Amino acid sequence: MKFRKLPFRNLTKKPGRTAMLTVLVMILSFAMFAGAATIFSLRNGMKSLEARLGADVIVVPVSAKSKVNLDEMLLQGTVGYFYMDSDVLEKVREIDGVEKASAQTFLATLRADCCSIPVQVIGIDPDTDFTVQPWIAQSYGKPLETYDLIVGSKVGTEIGSTLRIYQQDCQVVGRLDSTGTGMDTAVYTTMDTMHLLLEAAQGLGHDLKITGDPDEVISAVYIKVKDDSSAVSVNNYINVHIRKVESVQTKNMLTTVSDGMAGASSAMTILIGGIWVLTFLLIIAAFCMILRERRLEFAVLRMLGASRRMLSGMIFTETAAICVLGSVLGILLACAVVFPFGGLIEEKLGLPFLQPGAGMCILLAAGTFLGVLLTGTVASMWTANRLSHVDASKILREGN
Amino acid sequence: MSLLELKNISKIYGELKALDNVNIKVEKGEWVAIMGPSGSGKSTMMNIIGCMDKPSLGEVLLDGVDISKESSKKLTEIRRDKIGLIFQQFHMVNYLTAVENVMVSQYYHSMPDEEEALEALGRVGLRERAKHLPSQLSGGEQQRVCVARALINAPELILADEPTGNLDEDNENIVLDLFRQLHREGTTLIVVTHDPEVAEIINENFQE
Repeated sequence: MKFRKLPFRNLTKKPGRTAMLTVLVMILSFAMFAGAATIFSLRNGMKSLEARLGADVIVVPVSAKSKVNLDEMLLQGTVGYFYMDSDVLEKVREIDGVEKASAQTFLATLRADCCSIPVQVIGIDPDTDFTVQPWIAQSYGKPLETYDLIVGSKVGTEIGSTLRIYQQDCQVVGRLDSTGTGMDTAVYTTMDTMHLLLEAAQGLGHDLKITGDPDEVISAVYIKVKDDSSAVSVNNYINVHIRKVESVQTKNMLTTVSDGMAGASSAMTILIGGIWVLTFLLIIAAFCMILRERRLEFAVLRMLGASRRMLSGMIFTETAAICVLGSVLGILLACAVVFPFGGLIEEKLGLPFLQPGAGMCILLAAGTFLGVLLTGTVASMWTANRLSHVDASKILREGN
Repeated sequence: MSLLELKNISKIYGELKALDNVNIKVEKGEWVAIMGPSGSGKSTMMNIIGCMDKPSLGEVLLDGVDISKESSKKLTEIRRDKIGLIFQQFHMVNYLTAVENVMVSQYYHSMPDEEEALEALGRVGLRERAKHLPSQLSGGEQQRVCVARALINAPELILADEPTGNLDEDNENIVLDLFRQLHREGTTLIVVTHDPEVAEIINENFQE
């Protein structure tokens, strides 16, 4: 037996005690890593949403708000559709202070024979769009042809495959990077293809509530306001002067999301803090129990010539071994829960959720690992001090 | 020069004098019994001789060197290098086998050597029980392992506190025979006991 392994021998010979301590450390590690990863994902999602939304004001038909929750549609990809005349776009472009304006048209597919999957299809004008087109250009460098689709990161289909939408075969030519927003569950195409799909849907008897020519409808107008103009003014102007539409400032929408995110982050931080304190106290309590149980063992080792430093070293080694094992298991468990179920967490929180990249995950794991090791070390320090100062002769004489 | 000499040793706890001006001289190779009723200060004296405590007054000369004022760290080193301790309640490390319990003593002294540890167990008749845990050994066997553990680093002094107090007659005889053998080989032994029969055996050997 290698006596440097004496601490590990104790751990393996007392599996119940070792398991209890490891589980405690694992809970701490899980809470720290899962909580931090969730907070980072929420922050990433928010940043991504801000970066990709791009528009200051969104104009939708006045009926839209009664049909869908615009926030949910935008953030969570809830499928929905509503239409208005395309001349709204021209009216908007004429307003002072509008720098850019581009229309989008929505179509929700069904879980039925006509369509491969239920998904939100969004038609954009590649020449004027400034919200999605930059990301499409980044993911797919060529212009979109008729019946070409770009899918969001969470749409379960492969590039090169065919998606059947209202019995029209569309080719998936690209996939957007994950954004943590509703963009991830949508499918993008050109306005020309969208008009063909609208006609096909109507041809199959689906009532889209379109009055007039399907080629002349749009669902929303995304507006970028000039730097020297006010989004509030543009928003108010539209609400007052353009009939049958409702103008929404994205800042308000983002503020709601941002508030929600801040609330979720705070709750998560409090939860992590609470779990940390609780686990820290439990670890100290566990070490106190161990102190009582191992007094005799340490007295024997003192009698055999172990110095206080050697005994402290032994306790630290045992603690470190438990912390390493517990934190690795906790981090792995957190990875197994947070990453595969990111979509569910996003759905439950109702907030954009973009998981951090591998580099950040490694940093978080390293931070968690060090945090847990430090917590375990501090918790065991008191025990080590007490154990190394035991009155060995008294304990040996009394036998306990 | 005596191996051990206690000069005017007192140990005082508040108002209580556990030891009061004790003087003892133990020559090399002697087998000495310290006798007395419970509460007479035997264990206190053993703790002082075994470097696990310091006297309040007086000098403790081990190999001519006064160790009564040494630091706790230095006392640990002296205990490790020069003294083998045996207790009434055996005190084995319960998750280590018999041979590993002997090797722990080697580890803190110098370097573990399994063959040497097995030889020490052979001397106390337990080589074949080397891989057994304390829970698999009888009380007598555990005490014999502790004797092997005390011997392994060839200490100048073996200090035993009621070594036969928890043993049946057969095992008591085995342990005392081991002590007798060690005494003949020149090892210095101090045995704390309240058993007159044990003291008598020690006295007979002293007479020899």
